[in-house]
Amino acid sequence: MPIKDYIRERFFPHLWCPGCGHGIVMSNLIRAVEKLGLDKNEVVVVSGIGCSSRMPGYLDFHTMHTLHGRALAFATGVKMGRPDLTVIVPMGDGDAMAIGGNHFIHACRRNIDLTAVIMNNNIYGMTGGQFSPTTPHGKRGTTAPFGSIDNAFDTVNLARGAGATFVARTTTYHAKEMITILRKAILHRGFSVVEVLSQCPTYYGRKNRLGDAVDMMRQYREGTVRIGSGDAEADGGRIERGIFIDRDLPEYTSLYKEETRRAGEAPEDAPPPSRGGG
Amino acid sequence: MEKDPVEKDIRFLQGNEAVVRGALYAGLQFYAGYPITPSTEIAEILSEELPARGGKFLQMEDEISSMCAIIGASLTGQKVMTATSGPGFSLMQEAIGYAVMAEVPSVVVNVQRGGPSTGLPTAVAQGDVMQARWGTHGDHAVIALTASNLQDAFYMTVDAFNLAETYRTPVILLFDEVVGHMREKVIIPEPGEVEVIQRLRTSVPEGTDYHPYLAREDGRLPMSDFGGTHRYNVTGLVHDMWGFPSTDPKVAYDLLHHLVDKIENRADILARYREYHTADAEILLISYGGTARSALHLVEARRQRGEKIGLLELQTLWPFPKKTVREKCEDRSHVLVVEMNRGQICEEVRRAVRDPGKVFLANRFDGTFIAPGDILRSLHMVQGKGV
Repeated sequence: MPIKDYIRERFFPHLWCPGCGHGIVMSNLIRAVEKLGLDKNEVVVVSGIGCSSRMPGYLDFHTMHTLHGRALAFATGVKMGRPDLTVIVPMGDGDAMAIGGNHFIHACRRNIDLTAVIMNNNIYGMTGGQFSPTTPHGKRGTTAPFGSIDNAFDTVNLARGAGATFVARTTTYHAKEMITILRKAILHRGFSVVEVLSQCPTYYGRKNRLGDAVDMMRQYREGTVRIGSGDAEADGGRIERGIFIDRDLPEYTSLYKEETRRAGEAPEDAPPPSRGGG
Repeated sequence: MEKDPVEKDIRFLQGNEAVVRGALYAGLQFYAGYPITPSTEIAEILSEELPARGGKFLQMEDEISSMCAIIGASLTGQKVMTATSGPGFSLMQEAIGYAVMAEVPSVVVNVQRGGPSTGLPTAVAQGDVMQARWGTHGDHAVIALTASNLQDAFYMTVDAFNLAETYRTPVILLFDEVVGHMREKVIIPEPGEVEVIQRLRTSVPEGTDYHPYLAREDGRLPMSDFGGTHRYNVTGLVHDMWGFPSTDPKVAYDLLHHLVDKIENRADILARYREYHTADAEILLISYGGTARSALHLVEARRQRGEKIGLLELQTLWPFPKKTVREKCEDRSHVLVVEMNRGQICEEVRRAVRDPGKVFLANRFDGTFIAPGDILRSLHMVQGKGV
């Protein structure tokens, strides 16, 4: 199916700034879904608040634009309500790891079959360029005029530590790699986290003198390296890309289904379980 | 034919369990919650009941996510509920506002305890009346119901689901620690005995443009489940008939009108209340929730002594049944509002009646359940008998 059949042309043009990386993520997400041959009626896209979270409105799936940081909680309800549906959650870095940090680690822990696509542009774009939990130490934002004194989260390590069963990182420069990773993430039975480094030339680039969108994408090419290529450490601080974790563990809705079966088998007149007190 | 009483499903239940029975009767399929006193029994019982019935039970990481999860599940076509108490109710306000804006049927139980903040976790209060009305930001309308006995708690819970589906809105069940934790006889009606309203779904065929936020002539908006054949957008932003964000002043104006009017304009038909000895009452007590039990006890005791006193027990708190209250207060010498807060409903009554000067408050807010004797002291003052 052509890409345009997956978008709601009625609502274009989109609101992203010229040079923003999020459009690349959206088109690659569509390509991944298309390659998987998913029916549009079987896909639900749930987002929170922020630049990246405006994506669902443009996509011709069942779409939900919710509250800042809460997308994974809404998505958990959708997935539990209809475990047969594919649920994708586009998020931003502030959305996923600041205001939504708690929901994020608990979704990882639960291993519920959602695909979180975290567009990390190191900044709060929608509100005008304030520093975020992934703004590197020393980098500037409109609320960090002298450089942020906060330490940044590493999305991959956070997801890994919290128990996500699929964790990957890519960038808007590595478009083909992104499609492959997104496809695998959607196919994975369990909670998948895909961090996509996505440029914000308007705020992050400008505040930190990183040049225009093309310059920033060039930095993604030069500043990142495939996992295991050995260059990351040797080259002092190049960011690794690829699939960090991909393991099979029981998925939440499957476990729940199993519990439903066991609960249904309980004899009707079984004595109520004791509620403590000996 | 009327069933023999011995054949009826008569149970001796705790208040929170009566709420669970009402919810299951109404067709509850999905619950998400976070433990908090004094509502926890609702979650404990549902964690056993829902899986056995093929329903879904989720314990989330907090009350914020609990409210969000039930909204997500509601959009897949399920009947949903969460339960909490004051501090958790505060956390839910953000997503309650989302359910108001996106018009998602949902039921929120708040078994009230003492506040503000962590307050008195195991003690009774009715301090969340205004929070139920105005807890989430922005102009909006909301439905909040309560009950004083467990049979009514059962009925009000069924009603809450029916109203949530009919008006596509969150409905708040505002109980209190006394109603939640006391035990009483409850008759569980036969299936079909009490009306259970199912979700109105669109009849628009596949391939035809479905407008999720275009009201029919009767003001109702038929829904389409996520996973179905109509794909549309849901947002907490001001949105057009497709559910797509809009900043058009006319769209914003019309939407806010619709959200408020669909409830406020129906305050009369949403008004649920009970009356005791009101026909010839010179003094009218107005109360609700657990507090109404003490008020009724006092009314009956004073009637024995020949005093012309009656009770109006409110079951719908929001939208406030202004017209009902005004009419019931006509021709009374005094109106005494009995509640366990600093006068949250008392002020509403004053706003509703012709002569606010005759409205007085009898209250307690120290975590102790208000006794008939407490109300009597206020009654004596009103009657000019001193304290």
